[in-house]
Amino acid sequence: MPSVKIPKKSTDTDMTPFVDIAFLILSFFIMATKFKPPEPVEITTPGSVLSQALPESNAVLISIDSTNKVYYALLSEKEPEKFDDVINGVNSTQNLGLTPTEIRNFRKTYMVGVPFAGLKSFLNVDPNEQAKVDQPGIPVLDSTNNQLLWWIRLTKDAFRGQPLKFLIKGDGNSKYPAFEAVVDALRKNEEFKYELVTSLEDVPHGSELKKVQRWQTK
Amino acid sequence: MASIDTGGDGGHKKGPGVKKAKKLSTRVDMTPMVDLGFLLITFFVFTATMQTPTAMDLNMPKDIKDKDKETEVKQSGALTLMLGKGNNIYYYEGQLEVSAEKNNFKQTTFKEVRKIILDKKAEVIGKHYHNPEICNPIQESAKKKGDPDWQDACKDVDFVVIIKPDADATYKNTVDILDEMTINQVKRYAMVKITDVELGLIKATEQSTGIK
Repeated sequence: MPSVKIPKKSTDTDMTPFVDIAFLILSFFIMATKFKPPEPVEITTPGSVLSQALPESNAVLISIDSTNKVYYALLSEKEPEKFDDVINGVNSTQNLGLTPTEIRNFRKTYMVGVPFAGLKSFLNVDPNEQAKVDQPGIPVLDSTNNQLLWWIRLTKDAFRGQPLKFLIKGDGNSKYPAFEAVVDALRKNEEFKYELVTSLEDVPHGSELKKVQRWQTK
Repeated sequence: MASIDTGGDGGHKKGPGVKKAKKLSTRVDMTPMVDLGFLLITFFVFTATMQTPTAMDLNMPKDIKDKDKETEVKQSGALTLMLGKGNNIYYYEGQLEVSAEKNNFKQTTFKEVRKIILDKKAEVIGKHYHNPEICNPIQESAKKKGDPDWQDACKDVDFVVIIKPDADATYKNTVDILDEMTINQVKRYAMVKITDVELGLIKATEQSTGIK
């Protein structure tokens, strides 16, 4: 019987294009990923149908955690010298006697949640270790000693003539009085516009907002 | 496997005196590199935060010391919502009346509040009386924005929702109720401090219904 010769095909496929694409995706993710700064508290924001991109610079972020502690954070990536302006203002108005090292540490501090009395020892801690410090929160609930008022006033001084936005990031389980105290501190500084940080929610079907959105997008 | 193809043998003619050079393979095994590449891809895919947080605007009024300059609200068009403990909402329409013959202090939840708001809005629109002095500017601005129903823009002008969160209301409740204003297109609403009378009523209701 004549044997039929089956040509032997190589099983070795050329994977070069596949690998090329894989590395392309890899480089995309490396560049697109932005790591979150270490936050000393975890805050779950409530959902909202309103959506708007969040500013990353020239803004003050006031956080309220689930135990009603208030934290202050300055967002100014482009102009790090603003951090110095704010902390120098705090230092001189509150007579804290901060050392130059402590003032420098403030640039890398992400969130402050201590009363003025504890600020010196808090800034003494290495900025990388600050997230581990248990912070008692900025006192706000007592209207005679609302220290957030000072933080906002001094930040406004540092940003004189420049736009400054106020973000309030509250945990869904925090109680209303803490939020009211934060708004009070802002209101006493003649600031009436805030942005509440929320996660996006779908607009319910058949609601009035849906109708309005329909003609607005046309 | 993944490897670089280095296109065949050189093409030199081997003369009789030319010594055969030892041929080293130029094929590099790239398997470990590819493995590592995919490991990194998986890592970045999982850590990437694609969902960016968003923000909602909130405008608060200035503190007004003068009693005369306070905004007046028509009683018939007002709906007061009070946020209490355990995601409960208490509400009344117009003026608070609690007596033996008439009691308009009621209780509801976040699921049902939309219907209450819409019902009240429809009621106010039904009672609307056209006043050109107030209505014309509102209609003009709605027309400019491109609202197809600009003629109706003024009908809910008397409708005002007053939001009064108490000390036990959470931040989520506050954001939710503000969201409800956006969803139902309530154009006029205000956040006001709760009064002692209302607080007392909420406390009494909470005690009788056992809400904790």
